[in-house]
Amino acid sequence: MREDSLQTPETVERFLDSTLESVDSAEELAVGVAQRAGFDEDDVVKIGMAVRESMVNAVVHGNRYNSNKKVRFSMANNTERFTVRIADEGDGFDFSRLPDPLSPGNLMRTSGRGIFLVRSFMDEFQIRRLEPAGTEVTLVKYRMSK
Amino acid sequence: MSVKLNTRQIGDVSVVDVAGRITLGEGSSTLRDSLREMVGKGQKKILLNLGEVSYIDSSGIGELVSAFTTVTNGGGQLKLLNLTKRVKDLLQITKLYTVFDVHDSEVTAIRSFV
Repeated sequence: MREDSLQTPETVERFLDSTLESVDSAEELAVGVAQRAGFDEDDVVKIGMAVRESMVNAVVHGNRYNSNKKVRFSMANNTERFTVRIADEGDGFDFSRLPDPLSPGNLMRTSGRGIFLVRSFMDEFQIRRLEPAGTEVTLVKYRMSK
Repeated sequence: MSVKLNTRQIGDVSVVDVAGRITLGEGSSTLRDSLREMVGKGQKKILLNLGEVSYIDSSGIGELVSAFTTVTNGGGQLKLLNLTKRVKDLLQITKLYTVFDVHDSEVTAIRSFV
């Protein structure tokens, strides 16, 4: 991480449409905040990818592109951690039974790697059901992860 | 930038130069449609040159897997060329690097087709 990284905490909150354009927007926002926070290029890419994968899940699987449903996208950056929260308004799913994309039977599947990649790229990943509806994921990257 | 494809023929090998971002939406669907068309025309030897692929997400990886399965099930071969570090890392993380036949040299890659 750069020694001259900005120390000013930064927060962002958006309510995004359930579109692929929103996925791009969220990724760009996350990359910008991560760069200003002083993360190195490798971590900036990982954060961007984790945000993209999580946004795709929210837009495609959660809200199912429903124009009446929003994705709440928020980021908070401080001296210790970079936190992203993404919440959809979908029906939820049983995240205790996610298939393992690395198992031999799943390796050649054409989908199912999104959450696995998010967990690989971030230092913390949490998922919870929202009431009355929706799913929220929390992604954390430590400021001093290396 | 989405994805741009350029297809050229080297003997009986179809080389597809892929540039840009292979992500959910236009990027992955463009690649999918192009490969389907090639398979539909009976192309059996396909080399994907990913040297100019700046970004790929899990959907893009899914398209590579789908293409590999489609071509292989049709009795053909699909190989990868010039993986960037980013794409290589992703394929390794997802345990797919050893599934594909990956090359750093186009000459070597073309010669490897049976």
